[in-house]
Amino acid sequence: MDSDRIDQIINKHQGQARSLIQVLLEIQSENRWLPREVLEKVSEKLEVPLSRVLRIVTFYKTFSFTPKGHYEIDVCTGTACHLRGAQRVLDTVQDLTGIKPGETDLDSKLSLETVNCLGCCGLGPVMEIGGKTHSKMSPAEIADALKKCE
Amino acid sequence: MARVNSPAELDRLRKGFLSKRDPDKPCIAICAGIGCLGLGSDRLIGALEEEIKKQFLEAKVDIRVTGCHGFCEKGPLVVIYPEEICYFGVTPEDVPEIISQTVVEKKVIDRLVYTDPNTGEKAVHQSEIPFYRNQTRLLIGNNTRINPKRIDDYLAIGGYSALAKALFEMSAEQVLGEIKKANLRGRGGGGFSAGSKWETARNAPAEEKYVIVNGHEGEPGAFMDRALLTGNPHEVLEGLIIGAYAVGSHQGFIYIRHDTPQLRENMEVALAQAEEYGLLGENILGSGFNFNVEVHLDIGIFVSGESSALMRSIEGKAPEPRPKYIRTSVSGIWEKPSVLNNVETWANVPQIISKGSAWYSGIGTERSKGTKLISLSGNICNTGVVEVPMGTSLREIVYDMGGGIPDGKKLKAVHFGGPMGGSIPESLIDTPLDFDALTKLGAPMGAGGMLVMDEDTCMVDVARYFLDFLAGESCGKCVPCREGIRQMLKILTNITEGKGREGDIQLLEELAEVAGGASLCALGRSAPNPFLSTLRYFRDEYEAHITGKRCPALSCKEQAHT
Repeated sequence: MDSDRIDQIINKHQGQARSLIQVLLEIQSENRWLPREVLEKVSEKLEVPLSRVLRIVTFYKTFSFTPKGHYEIDVCTGTACHLRGAQRVLDTVQDLTGIKPGETDLDSKLSLETVNCLGCCGLGPVMEIGGKTHSKMSPAEIADALKKCE
Repeated sequence: MARVNSPAELDRLRKGFLSKRDPDKPCIAICAGIGCLGLGSDRLIGALEEEIKKQFLEAKVDIRVTGCHGFCEKGPLVVIYPEEICYFGVTPEDVPEIISQTVVEKKVIDRLVYTDPNTGEKAVHQSEIPFYRNQTRLLIGNNTRINPKRIDDYLAIGGYSALAKALFEMSAEQVLGEIKKANLRGRGGGGFSAGSKWETARNAPAEEKYVIVNGHEGEPGAFMDRALLTGNPHEVLEGLIIGAYAVGSHQGFIYIRHDTPQLRENMEVALAQAEEYGLLGENILGSGFNFNVEVHLDIGIFVSGESSALMRSIEGKAPEPRPKYIRTSVSGIWEKPSVLNNVETWANVPQIISKGSAWYSGIGTERSKGTKLISLSGNICNTGVVEVPMGTSLREIVYDMGGGIPDGKKLKAVHFGGPMGGSIPESLIDTPLDFDALTKLGAPMGAGGMLVMDEDTCMVDVARYFLDFLAGESCGKCVPCREGIRQMLKILTNITEGKGREGDIQLLEELAEVAGGASLCALGRSAPNPFLSTLRYFRDEYEAHITGKRCPALSCKEQAHT
């Protein structure tokens, strides 16, 4: 964890309770999780009760109390992808990685999530691995793409 | 960039841009919308830049990286000006040929142009391709003509002239009057009159007022707002500033989700450039009107698109709706009057001011005016964003623009409005696109996500799917929504798994009535819609699952397929 970077994010919004969600988002994307001591610091610097910080963190599934994997796998299960076989993609990914949506593998390499719509319905079923979009995937292609996550 | 201090200066600036542009100079417009980026248009852009350098054509050819062109199915998309030649499915390997053949020698490359799948006929220009030809692209049409990161492109096509007109030739009341006369209705789902909303906020007794762009777009299968906001951010911004002037607001917010990085990037660039020109900030265009805008980045969970929830989240609190005995246009962010409109609603404002309410109300049906952006997705040949006048029949959208159903399958139903909307069976496909006509059929238009379903789709599973979605997205504050959705989901899941029981339909109807009547916000109140509409038109499918233990569409895995 790069605590200087986190301090920088928090200090930028010192005393601004309204920036709570933004600050948490920035730290999550930088650090891949939100440790308790960081949340305490956020609470103190932004002048928001810790209970409210925790409420926000537990409200959204984007925030995580445990480290997320280096590569985040997002399988789109939006309407168009659902009709085009998102469940098969999700099943394949679960079989290959051994993790379920919301989980991270043991070496913190991969995290799996389902998302609602990535906005590129023409490419469905879509998944994103580490921010890169993969479209109309066959099981063999999924296996190939996952192998590249080293 | 120098500050522009009057409408005359803005005009001079625009003329300056135009005089420097040679309309005959070749320009390659490449789509960098979300769909095309997913198909690798970033590599294509790199390859084009390199090839142009290699052939020493930098001074002779322009490259324009644009937002979404709309025809997502056939991406990556390239349009070559001035001839307006459209190429589809372009790869980096095609680049040398495009430059040497099309750009230099003006020859069309046959394999890259549109081929009609039925007749095999080729169409070279945008105006000949059925997908584009049948649309009225007032809002999204300029996406191919501008680079969203260059305000100069927007100014060159007449951008911000509506703002100058509003600030210098019209009073705030007149602007409001035009919007009311145009009968602009909110594009986010409610279809509420934008003019009335603005008026309420304008008349509310408070010093400080806010205007907000709702760019949340949480409805799965809806991507037109993202296409508009990333492709032409200034169009939305101009509408917002005009709205702020009419309402008497000096602070605006643009609410966008964090998972589409281009949204934030393009919007922040747009705000910075508008401010440099003096189109935003203090003393806009020398008129004395001040207005600032802040981008609020948020996590796109579905309920945060609800107005009061969205406003809570701008305050930094959990996005939970409140009962709206008092409208948000009277008491919104920090209890101040706040006007929240959808991206598309704001984008309509500049053209209404420029061309007048009479022109605008000439488009559309009696009570639904203007054009509507529709995200076409699902079992359809041409997935993409289309823009049509209100009143266009659903048949035209599905067949003329959408190209029909792939793999020779039959159309079964069209679903509007995502998880809060409803499905219309194939037999009602001649219904016009109209707020009220669709609501009457139990399928409110919503934000404009149109999901096309073929004969292999199980309608019971569609209802189950949407409730499953909502069960995860409900904020959990009120019981009818939280528990109602969960119980309905449980019963529907049982039905799709072959465990349905006699009486399940009645039980679902009761639950739907309570959730629909007693929930706090629109999410809970409309959560039963997908169930109710599929029951209304496809009751036999429910009965087949429950009594016959079979899925007529052969889609539910656990059912006996007999």
